[in-house]
Order: sequence, then C-alpha cells, then structure tokens
Amino acid sequence: MKIGVYVCECGTNISGTVDVADVAEYAKSLPNVAVSKYYKYMCSDPGQLLIKDDIKELGLTHVVVASCSPRMHEPTFRTVVEEAGMNAYCFEMANIREHCSWAHMHEKFKATEKAKDLVKMSVAKAALLEPLEKKQVPVTPAALVIGGGIAGIQTALEIAESGFKTYLVESTPSIGGRMAQLDKTFPTMDCSACILTPKMVDVARHPNIELLTYSEVTGIDGYIGNFTVTVKKKARYVDIEKCVGCGLCAEACRLKDRVDDEFNENLGKRSAIYVPFPQAVPLKYTIDPEKCIFLKTGKCGDSPPCVGACAADAINHQQEDEIIELDVGTIVVATGFDLYDPSQKPEYGYGKIKNVITGMEFERLVSASGPTEGHIEINGKEPEKVVFIQCVGSRDKEGNEYCSRVCCMYTAKHAHLVRDKIPGAEVIVYNTDVRAYGKGFEEFYVRVMDEGVKYLRRELDDQIEVVENGDKAIVKAEGHPDIEADLVVLATAIEQKKDIADISKVLKISRGADNFFLEIHPKLRPMDTATSGIFLGGCCQGPKDIPDTVAQASGAAAKATIPLAQGKIDLDPQTSFVIENNCAGCGLCVEACPYSAIELMDGKAEVNEALCRGCGLCSATCRSGAIQLKGLTDHQLISMIKSSLSEVF
Amino acid sequence: MEDEGGAKESWEPKIIGFFCNWCSYAGADLAGTSRIQYPTTIRIIKVMCSGRVNPQFVLKAFQEGADGVLVSGCHPGDCHYIEGNYHARRKLTLMEDLLEFTGVDPSRFQMSWVSASEGQKFAEVVTEFTERIKKLGPQTKLSGGEG
Ligand code: FES
Repeated sequence: MKIGVYVCECGTNISGTVDVADVAEYAKSLPNVAVSKYYKYMCSDPGQLLIKDDIKELGLTHVVVASCSPRMHEPTFRTVVEEAGMNAYCFEMANIREHCSWAHMHEKFKATEKAKDLVKMSVAKAALLEPLEKKQVPVTPAALVIGGGIAGIQTALEIAESGFKTYLVESTPSIGGRMAQLDKTFPTMDCSACILTPKMVDVARHPNIELLTYSEVTGIDGYIGNFTVTVKKKARYVDIEKCVGCGLCAEACRLKDRVDDEFNENLGKRSAIYVPFPQAVPLKYTIDPEKCIFLKTGKCGDSPPCVGACAADAINHQQEDEIIELDVGTIVVATGFDLYDPSQKPEYGYGKIKNVITGMEFERLVSASGPTEGHIEINGKEPEKVVFIQCVGSRDKEGNEYCSRVCCMYTAKHAHLVRDKIPGAEVIVYNTDVRAYGKGFEEFYVRVMDEGVKYLRRELDDQIEVVENGDKAIVKAEGHPDIEADLVVLATAIEQKKDIADISKVLKISRGADNFFLEIHPKLRPMDTATSGIFLGGCCQGPKDIPDTVAQASGAAAKATIPLAQGKIDLDPQTSFVIENNCAGCGLCVEACPYSAIELMDGKAEVNEALCRGCGLCSATCRSGAIQLKGLTDHQLISMIKSSLSEVF
Repeated sequence: MEDEGGAKESWEPKIIGFFCNWCSYAGADLAGTSRIQYPTTIRIIKVMCSGRVNPQFVLKAFQEGADGVLVSGCHPGDCHYIEGNYHARRKLTLMEDLLEFTGVDPSRFQMSWVSASEGQKFAEVVTEFTERIKKLGPQTKLSGGEG
C-alpha cells in the first residue's frame, strides 16, 4: 500500500492560517504514506498533474487531499485519480479549509495541529478503503417541472425543445403565475401579457409537454435518473375534455360577481365556476369547492344553473381527485413566491385604510384587464396625490433581512404609470436607497425622476406611519413634513411561498435562513440542490426580476437536460453489503431501511444495490456488524476515531 | 489574538463530532465560509446520515480518550433519508443512560440538529459544548487515562 498526501494552500485561504509545509512534513511520518507534498492550488491543472504523475510514477494505491470541503471538490479529485488509473473510491479528503483555516483564523498553532489531526484521520481511513466498481443504470428520458409561472414555462419549453418528454405541474387552474398579473414590465414597459401569453400557448401546444394544471406533487421517490413522482390531480368538477371554455356556466352561476377574485388581488369578483383570467391556459373552467353552493350544501336551487347552461355537458359535481404516477429522470422546482402581507405591520394602515394598497393591487388597478379596466381609482375617484413607500417587509432586521430586488424598479414603473395616466397627479416615492442595478434600470429611474416624480429618502429605521383622515390618508415619515395622499402604495417584499413547508416535505431540499430554497453552491452551482437530479428555477431560490428568472430557468433546464441526454447515470457504489457469515437473519436491517432495499433471502439479508441510497441506517442497526456500508464501514470509522485521539495509530 | 506560545500548556478538550453530510456537515462548512470563529476542539467525522451512528462509535470514542462526543443531523423531519435522524435520536438517547451507568457524565454526549443554513448555530453549539467539557475536565473513566 502506498498513500500519497497532498496539502493545498488554496492561495492564502489555507496557508494564511495553517502551516501547510509543517502539515505535509508531518504526513510523511504517518503509516503507509509514500509521498506528501503541498502546493498553491491542488485543484488547478498543475496541481492535478502533480497528483497524477505521482500515482503513475510511484504507483500510489490511495490518495488523500487536504484542502476544501469534500462537498466542494471531492468529485473533482475522484476524477483526477481515476484518470491516472487509480480507483476513484480509494480517495479520501481532509477538510482543512471550511472546517479549519477559515474557522480558526486567529489560532495558527492550534489550527495547524487540528489540520494534522484531520490529515491523520483521513490517512487512517484511506488505508482501509477498497476499490469499488461503479454501476450504471439507464435514465428515464423525461423531466418534471413543478410550477407554471414564467420560470416553469421557460424551463419546460427548453427541456421539451431538446426533445424530452416534460411534465409541467401547476397547482392553480392556469399557468402564467405572477407575471400574468402584471400590467407592464420594467424598465422597457413591454406589456406583460403580450410577452407571456404566447409562451403559455406554446406550452399547451408543444408535443413534448404534458400540462397538469390544478395538480399537486404529493410524493417523490427514487433518485436521479429514476424518480417516481406522485401527482394529485385535484377535482375540477369540469371534464376538461368536454369544456370548450365558452363561459356560459360562469354567467349562469348563482354566485356570479360575488366571489372574491384572487387573480385581481380580491379587488374584483368572479363566479364560483371560473377561469382565473381570460387568457388562461388551459382555457377550461374550474369549480371553486370552497364557494360552490352545490358542492357545499348538496343543493343549488332546483338544479345547479351551471349544469343547465353548459351545452357541452362538461360539468360533473361528482368528479373526484385523481392520483397519478409519473416516471422522470430529473426535476426542476419553480414554485415561485408569495408577497409579504403588510397588515403584519399595522403602522402602514393596510387592511384598515381603504387608500392603502399593495404594489400588486396597483398592478391590477392599472391593468386594462383588471377590475377597473385600467383606470386608477380609489373610492371611485382618480387620485391627485399618490405616495409610494418602498421596502415594506424587506431589509428588515426583525423580518426579511434581504432586499427583494424588484421593488425599487416596480415602484418607479408604478410612479411612471400614474404620471402617464393622470398627468396632473403629484407622485412622491419614499425610498430607503434606490437600487437601480440592472440593465436599463438607472436610465429608467432617471427618466421617471425627470417626469416629475419626487423621490424622498428616509432611513430604514426611521418611523413611518399612515393614518386615516376622512377620505384621505396622511403619511407621517420621520424627518419629513406630513403628506396628505389620496392613494398610498406599499412596495411589499417577495417571500417564500406560504405553503412551503408542505412542498419542502415532499421535495426534501433545504432552505436557507431567508427561507428560500438553498442552492448547493451560491456562485458556481446556483441551480443545483443537494439532491442530485433536482434543480431550482426562478424565485423559489431567491427574489429575482423577470430577466434573471428566465436566465436561471434556462440554466435549470440545461442542467436537467444533461442526464437525460446522457441516457445513463453512474450509481454511487457506496452502498450496503452483507457479510453473510455474520448475518443471523434477524431482519432488523430490513425494518430500518427507508427504501425497502433489503430483503431476507433464505434466512440472510440481501441488499438491492439499485435501491440502496447509502445512508447506513442498516449498518447502525445491525447488532452483529453483518451489514456494512462500502466506503464507510465500521472498521473505517473506528480507525478514524482511534487515529484522531491517539498520537500515532 | 495569537496563541503560538501558550498553546501547549492549557488543557484543551478533545471532541469527536459525527455529522451528517446533508445538513450538519454543510452547516459546519457554512460557518467556515462565513468565517465564523469557534474553538479548535472538534474533529468532525462525516457520515451520510446521523442514523449511521452506531452507539458503539460513541463508546469507542470515549474509550479512546474523547472528552466529549457530539452527534449532529438534520432537523427532525428534514433528514435526507426520510427518518434517519429519528432512528439516531431513539438509539442515542439510550446512550445517556448507558453513560450514566458506566460513570461517564452523560452531558459529555450531545445530539444537536443543525441545518445547512445554520453556520452560526453550529459555531454556537461547538463553543457551548467546549465550555461545558472544559468545566467537566478530562474524561478518564472509560479511557482509563490519568487525566
Ligand atoms: S441526512 Fe442528515 S440526519 Fe439523515
């Protein structure tokens, strides 16, 4: 056995704290170590070459690299050793950057001692590592996209264009998402619907896309290349094969114009049977089970008028939820966002004062397809003085600490629209910094100011309060004179979806401190989650404007397409195996395995390697040590424990 | 504060950590990436899931002279392997009784839930645990050492 140890300086990231020469020298004294070196950047080309040459020239059987986290570069180095003819699984890593140099920057001596220990432990484990054989399995050539907003639409279209079957699952009755609610988009002022709806139609028409609206993903099983997804198609109480979208049912509904219309942020009304908006895709009606009189009471007059009105005989109040299973190779999560509810901060008067609305409500007011057909009016009158307040629910030490990234620009857009539609109106924006960082943003912001919009700056912590005064609202901002306004618009924050706990439970992907889904690397792998085969698109990963959302969605599509295009996937060979002679056939491992990968055959446990995910639960459960995890056996773990606590080992 | 000189004199506890790959190990990585500083006392062994930790490993660590053992996994409900951390919790809470029997102060053993985003929490857990072990002094009961 010949072990090579390679200590990385990582520029000065490691060597600034840890004495790498000392660590490399120390490693030479460890059993089985044939060579030990340090170098500026082990992961760079020359660094990799150093390792490869040694493997070939010295005939190394095992390699230990002491550098960054294995979560960062383990795959890189496994490939390196493999290219030099060594088995990839005879490689071990010691994390002396994240777990050492960066964490103990003021304790150089102790950090160096710790680094030596970490190297010692890795060498001890490496000495017991055995070559493992990789196995390949075919990939199901299909993808699942969860969420039908612009991110999900973009992703689905691109995967489908690459020639793969794509399932697009959307929980509401139509795709389109938040973008469908917007009137214009900043800074170009394109009409949102005009650029979005053609894409929605493309989705519906694409031969490779299967659209599942009003449906929810309720379970995900399996692993990259071979996921099985359970989807609940919620009962629409309308047969979508028959429904032609004529709308006669909604006209006839007894609750016509009496149900709050969520697409219009509850500013308008709809029927209990509805399409969310006229350009909905699919243009199929849905009965709202929370509202429909017949569904709630079993009776609606002599017979439900919608049934009578439907010439296509599409309405079926007896319809039930349907559960289906999909087999896919990869998954893109594009579940989008919700908006901050400003009634959580009573000082803004939202929900109590009629003159106070949110930015999204303003979108619906100013939209030609909205409840006022685009007339900005409050209490039936055109406002003469409008105040916008930015950073409501963002950049808040007690709440969402992050900047929502879009509010500065959507407020500038709204201010412009007020001036455009009501030329005489006075428009004031209370800002706490204007962030105009994107392409064309600064120019747009300057243009809006030139149009006569007044920007007043306040500090984040300054008091602000909105109080009612007859049919007006007074905005009291610390350090500024009070302003009596007809309309106050709050720029509310982008937040993670409110029902995210349910989605997370199904997906099993982590969320960050900001509650958004966590990418595996913030810079280099912004679309990857910790679960291989599951990727992130759009705002579910963090606030974004439309161009950034689309860019990330395209990236996620490309990522999700790679395994599909490759057609096969390497299975991690670090699975469980049974030492038959020790197995008493007690079956405890069978019970412990979360993936039903173990069976008792003729009184002995047997592992199905394709199903085993390598968690090692079985191994921890077995009383006779008869079931072990390749690459992390009891023996290997114990030798790490021993070596870390003894001077030598 | 540099410690070059006095480092060897004052007693430093030796803590072995078993951390799951998906949450706690990543949380420890994040602490590093965020340059959060904590004591150098811990040596982390990466396991795929906290459910991989056999009580035997904990005992072994004490026998070999560890002063404290920390097992850390994903928060309940968040385990990458569905319920590995529940298995760990069930098995390892029994550990405390066992340590009690053997005369090792059970507070030398701790389980914690640290997510991938909780770098700060990880550093706090290690700092507090180190403080606690420092108060208890060296563990000699199972290691048979002199202390
Ligand atoms: S994977 Fe973290 S506890 Fe199971």
